[in-house]
Amino acid sequence: MKLKAGIYWGAGCGGCDVAVLDVHEKILVVAEKMDLLFWPIALDFKYKDVEAMDDGYLDIAMFNGGIRNSENEEIAKLLRKKSKTMVALGSCAHIGGLISMANFHTKETIMSRVYLESESTDNPDSVLPLEKWNGGKEELELPRFHQMVKTLDQVVDVDYYIPGCPPVPDQIVSALSQVWEGTLPEKGSVIGAGTRTLCDECPRIKEEKTITSFKRTVEIIPDSEKCLLEQGLLCLGPVTREGCGARCINSNVPCRGCYGPLEGVHDQGAKMLSALASVLEPKEEKEIDELIGQIADPLRTFYRFSAAASILRRKKV
Amino acid sequence: MSFEPKIVGFLCNWCSYTGADLAGTARIKYSPNLRSIRVMCSGRIEPTFILKALYEGADGVLIAGCHPGDCHYQEGNYKALRRHRMLRMILPGFGIEPERVRLEWVAASEGERFATIVDEFTEEIRSLGPLKVRDSLEMVLSEDVILNLDTAMEEGGDANEA
Amino acid sequence: MRRVEIDPITRLEGHGKITIFLDDDGSVANAYLQIPELRGFEKFVEGIPVEEIPRIMPRICGVCPAAHHMAAGKAVDAVYKADIPSVAKKLRELYYMAHFIHSHAAHFYALAAPDFVLGPDAPKASRNVLGLIEKVGLEIGGEVLKQRAASQHIQILVGGRATHPVWNIPGGVTKALTAEKRDEILELSKGQLEFSLFGLKLFSDIVLKNKEYLDLITGDVFEQVTNYMGLVDENNKVNFYHGKVRVVDPEGNEILKYSEPEYLDHIAEHVEPYTYLKFPYLKDRGWNGFVEGMGTSLYQANPLPRFNAADGMATPKADEEYQKLFDTLGGKPCHKLMANHWARLVEMVYSAERMIELISDEEITDPNVRIIPSTTPKEGVGIVEAPRGTLTHHYWTDENGIVTKANLIVGTTNNNASISMAVKKAAEKLIKPGGEVTDGLLNMVEMAFRLYDPCFSCATHSLPGQMPLVVEIKSPDGELLNKISR
Ligand code: SF4
Ligand code: SF4
Ligand code: SF4
Ligand code: FES
Repeated sequence: MKLKAGIYWGAGCGGCDVAVLDVHEKILVVAEKMDLLFWPIALDFKYKDVEAMDDGYLDIAMFNGGIRNSENEEIAKLLRKKSKTMVALGSCAHIGGLISMANFHTKETIMSRVYLESESTDNPDSVLPLEKWNGGKEELELPRFHQMVKTLDQVVDVDYYIPGCPPVPDQIVSALSQVWEGTLPEKGSVIGAGTRTLCDECPRIKEEKTITSFKRTVEIIPDSEKCLLEQGLLCLGPVTREGCGARCINSNVPCRGCYGPLEGVHDQGAKMLSALASVLEPKEEKEIDELIGQIADPLRTFYRFSAAASILRRKKV
Repeated sequence: MSFEPKIVGFLCNWCSYTGADLAGTARIKYSPNLRSIRVMCSGRIEPTFILKALYEGADGVLIAGCHPGDCHYQEGNYKALRRHRMLRMILPGFGIEPERVRLEWVAASEGERFATIVDEFTEEIRSLGPLKVRDSLEMVLSEDVILNLDTAMEEGGDANEA
Repeated sequence: MRRVEIDPITRLEGHGKITIFLDDDGSVANAYLQIPELRGFEKFVEGIPVEEIPRIMPRICGVCPAAHHMAAGKAVDAVYKADIPSVAKKLRELYYMAHFIHSHAAHFYALAAPDFVLGPDAPKASRNVLGLIEKVGLEIGGEVLKQRAASQHIQILVGGRATHPVWNIPGGVTKALTAEKRDEILELSKGQLEFSLFGLKLFSDIVLKNKEYLDLITGDVFEQVTNYMGLVDENNKVNFYHGKVRVVDPEGNEILKYSEPEYLDHIAEHVEPYTYLKFPYLKDRGWNGFVEGMGTSLYQANPLPRFNAADGMATPKADEEYQKLFDTLGGKPCHKLMANHWARLVEMVYSAERMIELISDEEITDPNVRIIPSTTPKEGVGIVEAPRGTLTHHYWTDENGIVTKANLIVGTTNNNASISMAVKKAAEKLIKPGGEVTDGLLNMVEMAFRLYDPCFSCATHSLPGQMPLVVEIKSPDGELLNKISR
């Protein structure tokens, strides 16, 4: 029997949906195994169609994008209710994703930048979008924008995670085939990725030397065979789950950690900090500060994709 | 009610913990705000522990290890130092003053020094005030807090200046 | 007053909602397009090293990541005043041509074509790409999938990744093209050209030869008269990567031509309280509301507007098709919105032809693809044509190249006012007093936004909060210190 499935995006970029399309001709296999009953980017079903479903009607819902506003949260809850299995697809749903760097700012400073300060904006009356707008007889509502980005499992119970920004299309197919073949691992598992670190699948030569200086990618043209971290380019490979095929590394660019942390690691950024401390040479405070001072923007490099899933989750207000 | 800082101490078993013990047995008085956790080496203290402690309600965290050169595991305390220096760089991004996490070398014989450090640190945290990471987060999550937009505008870039 | 909601609007990129208000007699009183979703890139990139920008900004939109990668790439070059190697420019453009084919093909076949091939009022369960494949058969369907896969694959061959590339860097690109890959791309690009031409044939057979659809294109339901914007080369031919922004008025007279750093002199954005998306307009004319016609300050930017704003295409086959489009539809400029679909297919032909030119260029495998910039970074603007309109990225940095400010005007945002007006007009013309408001009818209303191929993921890169109706100032302990109501 065909599985009933839904795909939805919260606060994301659509790249995860494109990744589903990027399975190319395998989309026909997917369509053979699953009846897609909700997928706004490609299909015309509306929220009310989902609301009309019985609870648990869908066998699987794949949710990509983070939880940024009340609409994202409501639909996440709705889909949870209507589905037997809930999958977080992609970095945003899994660990907050790149957009959760917004958690290092307050909602108000962002709003102010966009509507009041932006150089191209002309807004003499300081008009701001309203949650409830009343234009005489016509009333309109906008979803409430939350103070912070949340991961999917911070608002609903999640059964499986497919990591990546976006996930590698073949990995999506292999994860989905586990669904229709009934070979899913235990609830809460990451599927569609490996269990080791990216360094383990990275083809570059590692000499396990210590790091004596940090460079920015704009400053050097790195050797294309040697480990980037050993060349001084901060690379999150040591604390990132394998599975992407070292996509960025193969472009001669260091990893920023989109596949998320390894099993059992709660805070990917703190883990990177810790891993780095092990391979630095200096022992004196002054020398250490000088060396780590060369890391441009450690905060948003260590937490490029995982701020929402970190222990502290946001800038304290 | 006056503010009594909650301070979590991660103390190396071989030196600092013994130093703290010594302070205790010698009846050297020091601030009661410290809750100690014994670890095998300062190098075993994962940054995660520190962040967890702050999240769970600590207003300050003290890490204490053997003096340079004295670590039982040779390099543990250097690693702790490097972690500590890096952690200080990222804490402001989370809205936390780096002074809330302190690293000190305390030998087994330095009971007195240990007491002074704890007292000083307690005062420093007292003057910084309560941290309340989790309360603040819960307040934000409940979505009933609306910060003042005008002040937000005056502040301009927030995360970067802290 | 009755209200009809379409929520969410579908077969587009990103979130949107249409609310139609009906008078007691059932005629349309008003219609609104609301964009309920926002994120906030221009704020949260503050503090980030500027060389990371080209790899961060694609996350604005996973459907046109390359557009943001290119605009950001050009902007960060400008931040360092870096004159990048000519091979790097060619490689970027090559990558971008493949991207255009992917993006346009995805839009036409997966999002738009179901309305034509299956019909606007086909049952909604089949009015989609899977229904389309079923209808046209696996042979054609398979070819579409294969060629879209090829365009994604070309991007991977050139730049390492299709979605969310990481390869632009201030001073060039991070990886050169090998001769082996060049040969593979050359092979693939021939197929891309054939596929693009096939698209036009399909359009002609299915749409232009069908009177009902032709009427839809030439009729007044989907018509709108505004100014038009597009990037043009030195001969005023359409270009996606290089050139100046040209704006023509509704009669086709050039009224503006500006280069990247000048955009702030000419474009401004207006804010409305019922949507999170701003409304750009021509600054010189001032915001004069949601009006069309000669005096309007509104402009459109999209395939058809690009055609209106230019004097032709720079490649032979595409130029032929460009002329044909205008000849068929009664001259230039053309105000028939549905012709965007057609123009989109012509642009695919241009992209494929240009791709073949670039990949055949001897220099394309030159290994020196990047320079290390040596000037002190400061400020830079990058403009490209995104598949959905002119895209502007602007960054300011400190002397270490750390971003201090960012400003973005995104492809779809340019069309926000125009889309809103188009949706309203379609609702007014289609929904008749006393008539039944069917699913098919509402889908026709949706076709009004769909023709823009809008990407509200792109447009909603900004992330505001709700309007603080009540401002409460609380102490860190949560104690209420002050409360101001607006
Ligand atoms: S994980 Fe990446 S690709 Fe997916 S929605 Fe988020 S930003 Fe886009
Ligand atoms: S640190 Fe980066 S470059 Fe080095 S081996 Fe690991 S993944 Fe590869
Ligand atoms: S290299 Fe790192 S950042 Fe790049 S795709 Fe792989 S996991 Fe993601
Ligand atoms: S044993 Fe005390 S710090 Fe390592």
